[in-house]
Amino acid sequence: MRDPSEAETDMSEADHLGTVAPRAAPPGQDNAWPVAMLTLRVNGQTHRLALDTRTTLLDMLRDHLGLTGAKTGCNQGACGACTVLADGKRINACLTLAVAAQGQDIITIEGLAKGDALHPMQQAFVDHDAFQCGYCTPGQIMSAIACIHEGHAGSAEEIREFMSGNLCRCGAYPNIVKAVQDVAGQGDMRFPGKGGV
Amino acid sequence: MQPFEYHRASSLEDALRQGALEGASYLAGGTTLVDLMRIGVMRPGRLIDLRDVSELHGFDTGGETLRFGALASMAEVADDIVLRQDYPALAESLLLAASAQLRNMATVGGNLLQRTRCLYYRDTRYSACNKRNPGSGCAAQDGVNRQHAVLGGSERCIATMPSDWAVALTAFDAAVEVAGPQGRRTVPIDSFHIPYGEHPEAETALRPGEILTAILVPASRAGRASCYVKVRDRESYAFAVSSAAVALRLEGARVAEARIALGGLSTTPWRAVASETLLRGRTIDEASIREAAARAMDGADPRPGNAFKVELGRRTVEDALLRAMRRAQEGEAA
Ligand SMILES: Cc1cc2nc3c(=O)[nH]c(=O)nc-3n(C[C@H](O)[C@H](O)[C@H](O)COP(=O)(O)OP(=O)(O)OC[C@H]3O[C@@H](n4cnc5c(N)ncnc54)[C@H](O)[C@@H]3O)c2cc1C
Ligand code: SF4
Ligand code: FES
Ligand code: FES
Repeated sequence: MRDPSEAETDMSEADHLGTVAPRAAPPGQDNAWPVAMLTLRVNGQTHRLALDTRTTLLDMLRDHLGLTGAKTGCNQGACGACTVLADGKRINACLTLAVAAQGQDIITIEGLAKGDALHPMQQAFVDHDAFQCGYCTPGQIMSAIACIHEGHAGSAEEIREFMSGNLCRCGAYPNIVKAVQDVAGQGDMRFPGKGGV
Repeated sequence: MQPFEYHRASSLEDALRQGALEGASYLAGGTTLVDLMRIGVMRPGRLIDLRDVSELHGFDTGGETLRFGALASMAEVADDIVLRQDYPALAESLLLAASAQLRNMATVGGNLLQRTRCLYYRDTRYSACNKRNPGSGCAAQDGVNRQHAVLGGSERCIATMPSDWAVALTAFDAAVEVAGPQGRRTVPIDSFHIPYGEHPEAETALRPGEILTAILVPASRAGRASCYVKVRDRESYAFAVSSAAVALRLEGARVAEARIALGGLSTTPWRAVASETLLRGRTIDEASIREAAARAMDGADPRPGNAFKVELGRRTVEDALLRAMRRAQEGEAA
């Protein structure tokens, strides 16, 4: 769960990223293991937290920042449910170590809407009924905006190929392709790249 | 996951110094390493992150030698316009691999160092795996071996080398540049992945502490008429059941140069030498292609679960040769 004392906003950039050596175990834990003092920018906010070096970006987002939009599916890079943007590139947060994600602008599904106004891709998923259970949806949406931004959404066939890293157990694929085509056809989609939202 | 220390190297020298320490592993995109650490197959005590080492980034596809920095991402190399035009097999081998997300993270150097997807290797509940646990036996010999190799195996290990990129690089006689405590050296790609023989745990020619710095490909006029054909269990986002990288250079209707490498079928990237020899100097047509493809699987040693791969491999090569022939002919007409 999120511990509000762990997250501070508007901290300056980490000054350096030297060796992260073992520290004393946190209170209530018996083993000592390497703990890192991390500085991460997520959805335009800077967070500083002390974490076990083994923490993945996905677990950090979900368990330490309370951003549970990115989902844990396979935890092996095989399903895309954990897709987020790092400096404007879509990545699998489950195979990314939080400690290695320092210095990059991370954008999650929570960072897309402007207040109550959904991002056009979120709206398109609603309009085209592009989900059933919704578990894969945050990953699909993050992947879809990157797919368009990369210039890989020129046809339904190209969208299917470049969205193949996002599986949907409910089989909502036909409507997902329609949603992506819809937004691709609207032109100049808002895209959070390096520098954040 | 075993606890580890993390160090982000600031330069190649810094990385080599840190890499010499006990229990160190280099971290590139992490798509193999983090995965295998989580499932307990790899247990480094120290990660040396290479991402800030600037000289390992970037690539150059013009000139007499193509040079790919080890840390260039699969996605950026696959998207290179020059590569797509002049060496489509190299670009396609990357584009048909993994997913868009993984290609953004994964590096072209790390790709050559990825580990086999053998189910027994990846599951620590099986004790018999010579690769993970030297001398323990090989559960795949009498187990589920549908995905395993029919070429280059031994009774010690029949795991396939899963990299598509390595197969395309093999067709073009690429080389791998490495830096180590003793300086730099260059290793031809066809001796980079070590045949299994007695010691399947030894996978590549990389010595402890060495860093793969770049991949070098000599320019080839056969590049334009090249292709990478990958047969998978599903249309996209899957490892190869079989694959072939083929490049042709024609002089009129005759084959001046034929380059053929196989993937998904063998324990190391596999050069189909007999097929290449058979084609050289011959008139290119469906008949000569069929004859050449028939020799591609010479020496195959299938197991019950993967006997289908012998015929599949032949057909994959035939398909790739036909496509490359069409590309060569279109190139001449243009
Ligand atoms: C779901 C899934 C599907 C995939 N599908 C495919 C596919 O279809 N085709 C395919 O070819 N691949 C596929 N891959 C594999 C993927 O391409 C590789 O994991 C990736 O290329 C490895 O590169 P990396 O930069 O992430 O390496 P890392 O995981 O960072 O490192 C891999 C290994 O190499 C070492 N290393 C890395 N860089 C260096 C260096 N410069 N010098 C010395 N040592 C180094 C590391 O210590 C580690 O042992 C898939 C992977 C996943 C998870
Ligand atoms: S084929 Fe190789 S990797 Fe697979 S179980 Fe046998 S020894 Fe291990
Ligand atoms: S949870 Fe990351 S790809 Fe499945
Ligand atoms: S909507 Fe249920 S998994 Fe995609």
